[in-house]
Amino acid sequence: MAERVLMKGNEAIAEAAIRAGCRHYFGYPITPQTEVAAYMAKKMPKIGGVFLQAESEIASINMVYGAAAAGMRVMTSSSSPGISLKSEGLSYIAGSDVPAFVVNVQRGGPGLGGIQPSQSDYFQATKGGGHGDYRMIVLAPASVQEMASLTIKGFNLADKYLMTSMILADGTIGQMMEPITFEDAAVETYDKPWALTGTKLQRKHNIVNSLYLKPDELEKKNIERFERYKVVEENEVMYEEYRMEDAEICVVAFGIASRVAKNAVAEARKAGVKVGLIRPITLWPFPKMALRAAAERVKSFVCVELNMGQMIEDVRLATECKRPVSLCNRTGGMIPSPDQVLASIREAQKGVN
Amino acid sequence: MKTTQILIAGFGGQGILFAGKFLAYKGLLEDLQVSWLPSYGPEMRGGTANCNVILSDDPVGSPIITDPDVLIAMNLPSLQKYVDAVVPGGQIYVDSTLISEKVSRTDVQTYYIPATQMANDAGVPTLANMVMMGHVLKNNPELSFDGTEATVAKLVPPSKAQLVELNMKALQAGKDYQP
Repeated sequence: MAERVLMKGNEAIAEAAIRAGCRHYFGYPITPQTEVAAYMAKKMPKIGGVFLQAESEIASINMVYGAAAAGMRVMTSSSSPGISLKSEGLSYIAGSDVPAFVVNVQRGGPGLGGIQPSQSDYFQATKGGGHGDYRMIVLAPASVQEMASLTIKGFNLADKYLMTSMILADGTIGQMMEPITFEDAAVETYDKPWALTGTKLQRKHNIVNSLYLKPDELEKKNIERFERYKVVEENEVMYEEYRMEDAEICVVAFGIASRVAKNAVAEARKAGVKVGLIRPITLWPFPKMALRAAAERVKSFVCVELNMGQMIEDVRLATECKRPVSLCNRTGGMIPSPDQVLASIREAQKGVN
Repeated sequence: MKTTQILIAGFGGQGILFAGKFLAYKGLLEDLQVSWLPSYGPEMRGGTANCNVILSDDPVGSPIITDPDVLIAMNLPSLQKYVDAVVPGGQIYVDSTLISEKVSRTDVQTYYIPATQMANDAGVPTLANMVMMGHVLKNNPELSFDGTEATVAKLVPPSKAQLVELNMKALQAGKDYQP
């Protein structure tokens, strides 16, 4: 078995990215993700890679765009306000169909907000952020081990589907240390015949571009892109079910909220409450079918989030409002206690009986 | 199954996070499941700092501690803030050089260790944190004192190998302390 090492979540992302073949990192510091950049600054020069602290977030995402167009495995990382600044670039990257890997270790917002953990960029990550018709694959790790494994997965998926994949973590998982192993580093590589690598006068030149002034051409491009997104929705959904076998109440939570929720579910089970947990690991594509199936079996849903209620909208859509969905939340950098989640489960139970 | 939730709190600069790292690495080397969660932010020297460490036979659920089994308080504000959160039957460790107040709860085991004074006396004035850790290890048999040196060696960068000996000195002083 591979050695267990103790690492911060942010460091695990950086190490996993290097193992995934990433040799280009462009970023700009911001709490609580700075360890990603710090790790890259230390390691990249030693392995022939590029670490570059840009003059701004906007510059760094456009450097990512450039390196991605050249066919490199490339990444950037930031936290909420920084991701807002990068959103223009994310839209251009989507419009150009190049693969990029982006990390958002969320902090409380809106505006400059605070620096404590949050999940309030769910809308931004899953519904756009930048302009135009586009999607990003959004991965929500709940442990340091998943920070590593979903990073490697994220690079693979970006290359496979020619789009951005984003890790949507939060300050807690970024800052905490847990033992991890790197044994499951299944790195996939893909040919990139579209990349701007120089023709050497031996092939027709490639073009990477997001400007289509003829509306029929742009429409065709968008439809083609969404056909690819459909394949992602069919094949790449990931979620975890915990104690759902006979559940009457289903808690839905991702990332750090799911860790708190799991404690509450275990506690409620001890008291004989039939409750389970569905943890979306991909937030886009969202595990719609799992929730739709759960809606046939359970009587009520409780959504636990570190925001004012964002994923709850997708839960309601997926379950077609067949069952009541209640919200258990804290925001602004606060985290609900297992007791608060337990109280919400008890409240939901009243409706069940 | 056994899970121990340990909350270490004090001023920034007292080595609160380092003490937590020590326990986390100790757990790692003893093949336990471990989580280590620091407070983060503008909390350098002088501000408050705390650290949540969970050691368990089973996978750790939430890394956030609301009801610690063990509280290590390195200053008065930390003791006052967390004293009531400790579970009944839990342990509270107080650096009695810096905290003159006594714990009024009778449903917990309280240990008063003049750690800052002891660290000064031992010639390792910055290692009151490790004096406390030595006493914590003594009272928690699931974390044996064996392997302590290997744990410290993991924490200290090779370029500062001399710190292993100094940390061991502090840990030993804490272990040997008799009230």
